[in-house]
Amino acid sequence: MTDFKPKYSAWELVKRAWQGDRPWARAWAQVPPKSGYQVVIIGGGAHGLATAYYLARDQGIRDIAVIEKGWLGGGNTGRNTTIIRSDYFLEASARLKEKALQMWEGLSRELNFNLMVSQRGYVDLAHSDGEMEAFVLRANAMRLRGSDAQILDLEALQRRVPQLNIDPMARFPIAGALVQERGGTVRHDAVAWAYARAASAQGVHIIEHCPVTGFEKTGDRIQTVITEKGPIDADHVVVSVAGHSSELARMAGFDLPLESIAVQAFVSEPVKPALDVVVNFNAGLAYVSQTDKGELVMGGGTEGYNSYASRGSLPRIEETAARVIEMFPFAAKLRLMRQWGGIADIAMDGNAIMGPSPVANLTLNAGWGYAGFKATPAVGWALAHSLAKGTPHPLIAPFALARFQSGALIDDGGAGPSPYLH
Amino acid sequence: MIVIPCPWCGPRDESEFTYGGDASRPMPSLKNGNDQAAWHGFVHQRENPKGPHVEYWYHGGGCERWLRVERDTITHQVRWASDAAAKTEPEQ
Repeated sequence: MTDFKPKYSAWELVKRAWQGDRPWARAWAQVPPKSGYQVVIIGGGAHGLATAYYLARDQGIRDIAVIEKGWLGGGNTGRNTTIIRSDYFLEASARLKEKALQMWEGLSRELNFNLMVSQRGYVDLAHSDGEMEAFVLRANAMRLRGSDAQILDLEALQRRVPQLNIDPMARFPIAGALVQERGGTVRHDAVAWAYARAASAQGVHIIEHCPVTGFEKTGDRIQTVITEKGPIDADHVVVSVAGHSSELARMAGFDLPLESIAVQAFVSEPVKPALDVVVNFNAGLAYVSQTDKGELVMGGGTEGYNSYASRGSLPRIEETAARVIEMFPFAAKLRLMRQWGGIADIAMDGNAIMGPSPVANLTLNAGWGYAGFKATPAVGWALAHSLAKGTPHPLIAPFALARFQSGALIDDGGAGPSPYLH
Repeated sequence: MIVIPCPWCGPRDESEFTYGGDASRPMPSLKNGNDQAAWHGFVHQRENPKGPHVEYWYHGGGCERWLRVERDTITHQVRWASDAAAKTEPEQ
């Protein structure tokens, strides 16, 4: 690739407009796969691309291929509701997501790509005194770890989110909220593009439309990754696919403690600015924010049963929309414009599985369910460290596959071994 | 909307049912003592197939019976449903 790749800047934008808007160079190189790589990362979502980028930037490993069955960021990276936050209670969850939140804060500048990181605040609603007490416990835990958290009573909450319906006669009246002001949204597909561009600039090969069909093993090691674009030898393989982790594990000869379940989201027609925070309704589940284009983005819980169909069902749309309207009655006048689904692979304790697998040279990054986007930079950074050093980074060590045998589960939701309830 | 052919109530919408998860793994015998590997397999490990999946559904909005159902996880088509207490799967 001999394309001259200028840094993106306002100056470059003006210069190009002046010169007749000539086309920009490709953000990442289009290359055919080589016959082998030091590291083959399966899955060209933000997690896989971030892993490649940090391997190249921090660990000096540049002989990497990221192979993607579809297009970059076309999986759960481009299907989530773009929320970032670190308001977790359990130590392992909170530390990883707080690291990620700190990384998000400087990422646009580092990657020279406007990720539209908007720390507009994340408002988590409580609906009872008991829930408020649990929120206070969680807020204290967050603050003790150096993160930010505020507990708002009903009056303060109404000042923070004036649009919110706090009618005490509502079906699920609101009691207060835990607010993380550093939480917010990030333009999700830009994250995949930015990491791809930065990784490609470091020599990482990014190969799209390249589904994996199998592995060739010798002993307990993968020798070759078989793809639709031919066999690719690999010293090390990272499975970072989201949704289809069980399928990849089956090809490699083992089962995983997770199930695939569809989660859907939808957007309304665009309207003028009406909502400047992310709000999450906890009686059931519904989270809503407004994009810069003006659409309300809404999401809810899982579809509730195992599914590989990346579309949602109408009953779930109805439930989620009802909760959004209960929070913001004005939303009842809006029409839904688009609706989509993603396949979330949810582990038995509802948390991710990262690190070694039963195959010696296969590293897992799976089971993120519908909570993986916010963790992207920290996961890529810590996984790259783990791969290079040959031992899991302390941030991801608690998420080892072995925890399901040892009993050291990380069950944030307290829902037990039922992925469809997480 | 998934339609489940309940053996007691006839075809009914999914909204009458509660999902109960994978029904393909038999519970280890309690007589064998504390077989960690067997219990790990039963409680945690899942085939998670992309295709036909045998699973439990509870018909709370009807006969209040637990059913075993074979459903395709891509198309959501249900091939059969039987009472979970029945020892054998229905003829297909």
